[in-house]
Formats: sequence, C-alpha cells, structure tokens
Amino acid sequence: MIDASKTLSINNMIVPIGEERNLLEVARRAGIDIPTFCYHSELSIYGACRLCLVDVEGRGIVAACSTVPEPGMIVKTHTEEIRKMRKVAIELILANHDQNCTLCARNTNCRLQTLARQLGVDTVRFKRTFERRPVDRSSLSLVRDPNKCILCGDCVRACDEIQGVGVLGFAGRGAKSSVVPAFGKNIADVECVNCGLCATVCPVGALVPRDDVDDVWKEVNDPRKTLVVQIAPAVRVALSEMFGGQSGTIEVGRIIAAAKAIGFDQVYDTSFAADMTVVEEATEFIERKKKGERLPQFTSCCPAWIKYAEQFLGDFLPNLSSCRSPQQMFGSIAKKLLPEKLGIKREDIVVVAVMPCTAKKFECKQSKFRRDGQWDVDYVLTTQELARMIEEAGIRFNELQPQSFDMPFGFKTGAGIIFGASGGVTEAVLRYAVEQLKGVKLDSFEFHEVRGDENIREADFNLDGIVLRLCVVHGLANARKVADMIRKGEKQYDLIEVMACPMGCVGGAGQPVANDWEVRRNRAEGLYKADKMLQLHKAQDNHLLMEMYDKHLKGGVGGHDAHELLHTSYQNRKRIHGLTMSVSDAGNEAGLHISVCVGTSCFVRGSQALLKQIVDYITDNGLSHVVSVDATFCTENCDRGPTVCVGDKLIFKATIDEVTKTMNEQLAGVRI
Amino acid sequence: MSETASRKFSRVLDILEKNSNDPARLIPILQQVQDDYRYLPEEVLTFIATSLDLPPAHVYGVATFYAHFTLVPKGKHILKLCDGTACHVRGSEHILSALHSRLKLSAAKHTTDDMLFTVECVSCLGACGLAPVLVVDDRVYSKVTPEAAVEIVDKIVAEEGGVPPKAASISTPKKEDAIV
Repeated sequence: MIDASKTLSINNMIVPIGEERNLLEVARRAGIDIPTFCYHSELSIYGACRLCLVDVEGRGIVAACSTVPEPGMIVKTHTEEIRKMRKVAIELILANHDQNCTLCARNTNCRLQTLARQLGVDTVRFKRTFERRPVDRSSLSLVRDPNKCILCGDCVRACDEIQGVGVLGFAGRGAKSSVVPAFGKNIADVECVNCGLCATVCPVGALVPRDDVDDVWKEVNDPRKTLVVQIAPAVRVALSEMFGGQSGTIEVGRIIAAAKAIGFDQVYDTSFAADMTVVEEATEFIERKKKGERLPQFTSCCPAWIKYAEQFLGDFLPNLSSCRSPQQMFGSIAKKLLPEKLGIKREDIVVVAVMPCTAKKFECKQSKFRRDGQWDVDYVLTTQELARMIEEAGIRFNELQPQSFDMPFGFKTGAGIIFGASGGVTEAVLRYAVEQLKGVKLDSFEFHEVRGDENIREADFNLDGIVLRLCVVHGLANARKVADMIRKGEKQYDLIEVMACPMGCVGGAGQPVANDWEVRRNRAEGLYKADKMLQLHKAQDNHLLMEMYDKHLKGGVGGHDAHELLHTSYQNRKRIHGLTMSVSDAGNEAGLHISVCVGTSCFVRGSQALLKQIVDYITDNGLSHVVSVDATFCTENCDRGPTVCVGDKLIFKATIDEVTKTMNEQLAGVRI
Repeated sequence: MSETASRKFSRVLDILEKNSNDPARLIPILQQVQDDYRYLPEEVLTFIATSLDLPPAHVYGVATFYAHFTLVPKGKHILKLCDGTACHVRGSEHILSALHSRLKLSAAKHTTDDMLFTVECVSCLGACGLAPVLVVDDRVYSKVTPEAAVEIVDKIVAEEGGVPPKAASISTPKKEDAIV
C-alpha cells in the first residue's frame, strides 16, 4: 500500500517519497533520468548547471536537485519550455567550449556530448566566445584542459569535500569565471595529491588522467628491451567494462592474454608484491604493538594518502608504515632478481605497472625509488590506458583465450587480492598478525568486521588479552577527521588503513569512466570472490614468496635486505611552492635573517603568536635595521614545529626566549 | 621600510584576531588587509588561508570574484575615471589620455613605477549629471577637463614632496594629438 500522504506526481505517474533529498533523486528512483552536470550523489548540492529544471505546479520552473520533495507536488520534467531552456543551456556551454571531440580523451564517454545528442542540439545559435587557454600538463598524474571546462564545479567540491584538499576553486566571475588552482598556478605546484577524483567526477574532458601510452608503445617496440608488466588487483575486476563487460567480472586470464598479445614479455601479478607488503607491514605492526611504539600505525600503500600526510599531517609521519606500496616493492624486487633469472641486463628491463590509480604515476617518479640510474617502476598505465592499448593493437578482448601469470611473481594468495578494496589491507594484515600473535593456525580467513563501504569503520579484536583496535578509512577528508580525533585524545587505534579513493583502489581514477557507488561495490565484491576462489588466503602461505625471502633477501622478513629494498622514508612537503613573505625587511643593512615557519603544522603549534613576539622584540629593541624577518610556508620539519631559522641556526619547537637568545648570540657574532 | 613591513604584518595578525580567525569573516578580513597593503599579495592570501583553515584556492576565488579586491599592487592614490555613456560623450577619453601622458601610463599599465598613482576606468559612477566625473581616492570631481585632471595629479605630487611638474606637461598630449 502506498501512503497517499507520501507521494507526488511526476509526469502523471504517482511516485512514493522515501529518504530522497530532492526531486532529482525521487525522479531517478522512479526511472526518469533528469539531465544534469553538477549533481553528484556523493557531493553537496550546487544547483549551477540549470539542466535539471522541472515544472512544479504552483511554483513554476525550479531546479530539481535543490527542491525538496513534498507530498502532492505535481511535477513535469519535459514541457516545451523546459526542453527549450535545456537546449539553450547546452548551446551556451558549447559556444564557449573547445568542441574538438575527436581529439578529446573523453570522446564517446563525455556527458556534454551525450546530452547534446539526447536533447537534439544540432546547432549553436550563439556567437562563439571561445578563447583558447593553455593546457596544464605539469602534473605527472593529471592533465587539466581549461578549454573543455563547463564550470559545473564537480571537481572543486570533490577535492574539497571528499579529499579535504581543495586544490581547485572558482576564480573570477561572470564570463571570466574559471576553475583553477590557487593563484592560477599549475597543478604540480600546489597541494594536489594526484588522486584524480576530479577526473573521476569531471563530466567532460577538462580533467583527465595523464596518458603515457605512447611511451610504453615505444618500449614495447624496442627489440632490446624486455617488458615486465605487473597487474594490480583492482584492474582485473574493471577492465572488461571497457569491452562491454559487467563491473566486477573477474577477467584476469584475458587481461594476461591481451598483455602478451600487445608484446609484454613477462606478465606478473602485483598481488604477489601485495603478499610481500602484508608480511612486511604486519611484522612491523606486531613489533610496534609489542613495544607500544609509534601507534597507531598508518598503512602506506596509497600514494595519494602519503602525499596528503606529507603535506598536512607532518606530525603523523613517524606513524606511517615504512613499507613501500606493492607497486614499488614489485619494481624493486623485479629489477634486482630478474636480470639473473632471465639472463638479461638490468638496464634492458622495463617495468610497467597497470594500476587503477593516477597517483601511482607520481609515486613511481619519486627520486627515492630510483636505483643505479634507473627507476624501479618505469611506467604506470591506468586500467583505461591498458584497454586503449588493447584496442589499438586490434585485439578482440572478448575472444581471447585466457592465460596464466608467469612465475614466480605471478603467484599470490587471496590476501594480496583484496588489497584493491577498502578494508582489504587491514584484513590481509589481520590474517597474518592474528596467527602470529596467537601462535596458532586459523581455520577461517575472513574478517567481515572490517569490510563494508562506510567512510570510517572501526573494529576491535581481543586476542587472548591483546586488544587490536582497528580503523579503516577512505576519502582523505575522513583521514583528517580521524587524525584530529587522535590528536585530541578522543580515539585510540593501533592500525589505521587509509585509501584516498571512495571504496579504495576499485574506485580509482584510472578505472573505466562509469565509477559510481554501484560499480565500485560490484568491483569490490569481485575481488572478494577472487579471494574465495583461490586455494590460499594468507600471505604467509605464499610459498613462492617465502622461498624468495629465503634465497634472495638476507635477514628474511623485516630483515636487512627487506629494509633496503622494500621499505622507505617520508619527507614533509611544502604545500605551495615558492612562497615566503617578507615580514620585516631591514634592506641591505640586514646582518641577520630570521625565518619563521607559518605552515599548517607550525601554525597549529602557535607559530603565529611567536612571529608576532619576534617582530615586537625586534621593534622594541631597535633592531629593525639589522634583523629582517620572513614568514615561510614550510621548512619541512613539521613534526618538530614551530621551526624558526635564525641566521644559520634552525630551532625546533622554538620559544621566544630561545629565539631572542640565539638572535643576540648571532648578532654579537655579526658585529665582531 | 622595516618598521612599515613589520607593522603591516602585525596588522594582518590583528585583523585575523579581531575577526576571531573565523572563515565566515573572510571578506571583511580581506577588505581590512587590502586597506593596509593596498592590494592582496599572494603570500598574505596564503597566510590568511592557513590561518582560517581554508584551501588557498577558495581564498583566491573570493579575492578574484569581487572587483573591489586586487591582486596586483595599486598606487597610493587611486584615480577612477568614469567612462560611462554620459562621461564618454563629454570627453572622458581626453582626460584619460592626459592622465596617461602625465603619469606615463597606458591601457596596459595602470600604476606608476613609484607606486603613487593608479588610473582606472570604471563603467558608471551614477553621477551622470556631473559628467565627466573623476574620483580621486574618495573625493569626487565633477565636469573635469584634461587640464584640471592633470592639475589634481600635480597637486598630489607636490603634497607627496615630489618634483612639481613643468607647465609644458599639460599641453604635451595635445601636441602629440596634433602630430597624429
């Protein structure tokens, strides 16, 4: 029975009102797709694009996304007036748009293209106002093309609301509006963490993952090179979507066959390296837990999270696991062991990683992952890029005969597979750590407590008196919430898994374009299915991995070689490049220079008040002509802030007394 | 110089404090900071963003949205010349070229090298009966002629302790016009 007091009418159809926030959601549930650019179920409601207009009797034309459904409403979604208005809206966008569809990365899966077709827009009646602006190719992960931007603001809200970064914003107004990073800088010069969520939500081609396909083809076609490719877990449950498959279908056999057909010589599984990550990270965790040191331990496999922490959570850097991500562990091991195994020179090996991720492109080019003049991982391709290579090579994906991974780096357990879903790393670590801490073999391997799709999930495990308090987070804004709660002492955890993308790597920005909750959920389920279908589920049962440790890594798990090859360290990062602010300029006479860090961490620790005290001291003591003061935005020592540099001396956890004392000492030195 | 710079910076701190570091008060904060600096320097905006826990891109967005804010340094004295219909018809163009010539400015360069003057064209000041109108800082001058405009500039230069201009400079634009 439908309760009449909880229904409304859309196009003469009686529709129940449930929990929906607005008319757009009510209509969608009723099977009517109202066109929109700026509405996203995961983001705040913006109401900018004016496409979702509907006629509500007695109210006139309103935007469906920002109208609360009320019982008895009579709604029409495609009156003549609305049809005309929508067409005009599309025409106006097109008048100020690149319109070069064939050359666009989003050709055939662009919402502007689709809506123009669906709404029958066949001519643009407005004067073309388009002015070409430079494309920002500064980032290793993303390309921003302002010529295609339709100003829907989806990227602005996604970056701010889900990732808590806020790299992009609207600048200017009216006809001069644009979406740009702060001060019109390039993406590479601001706080972008390379997660690519902006590209995931972008309805057009204004933000797209960087394309490295050409470079990889060149290597494939170079007869001197041996191409080694690693395939990440989340790729196998998404790639077939590009060839008409259902999301979540496990197509690993065909992906391997396709990679071989393209010309990759060795096809391995990143999950092998993920098993390695599990034993390293769990060993590290058990040690910290036993000593009660540097807890909570944060996971470190997500490169967007790492950059975020390096920029915004400097005080938590010692808490990050020192383990490299599976991608980088793989590269490091492959470049070390494969030359001997395959009888080829190290410099002739090209390691390509196929990832669901755009941030991995940035990660692989960090100088710390370069050894003897070569990158551990030479190229990262996204799931989308591999699909394009398959298409370009003329391979009929759906007709391929499945093949299997090469050995030994193709062998994995289910632990290394579930890495691709949020909660998977935690579960994989538990499968190892619980056995280690309890000292008994477990019959079961599933920990459903840490699965699910809530943004912040908690689970406690009591192992004969040892309590493990776990937290699983996705979305970096949520990671920041958790960090704040820990700082305030409201929460205590032992292990925290952080993934930047919604639902983890399955929702990565490198995945095929339809990337909503349902698709992500299907992909995650696909990974758990793949885990079930394997015979082994715990990383410690990966005998080929253990054999590799025995034969090649001195000290075994967590030992000397493992530390050199599989672990890393972190650095504080400046958020914005090239900024210092002259606070007090003594001109040429300056005998002494003082820099006070006013970056986020130091600011939290009171650097602003300190700066004021320093300036007051200088003014009060008549030192303005000899001492100049700068405010800098990061000295990259966030865990020891506030930092003040007096002359050549760097003071951590600075106080006014210490600064003035050092200042006077240095001034005495200058005068002599 | 140093006194000014440090005093200015502590004013930024005072302004933030007075507005209780409240992100909702971003616009008044920017207004007050611009009053001090005469523009909004990039590093000060970043500092304000950090202090208010807002993304710098957001603060940049607000600063570029309102015409009142400027991200490039402006002169100490701001000359707003009306070029709305009424003022235009009554010859505001000639006033502009006289000011440009006197101050060595152009359509692309609005501020003098000594940072004393900025000349801006505005669309309508709503005082058409007084056309052509020139607003210097907060003072409105009506029925301005090119000569009167240059005189106003000269007076300010003299007050600022600068070199008084030669009388010839007033007629310079006319001569050039004649040549063209």
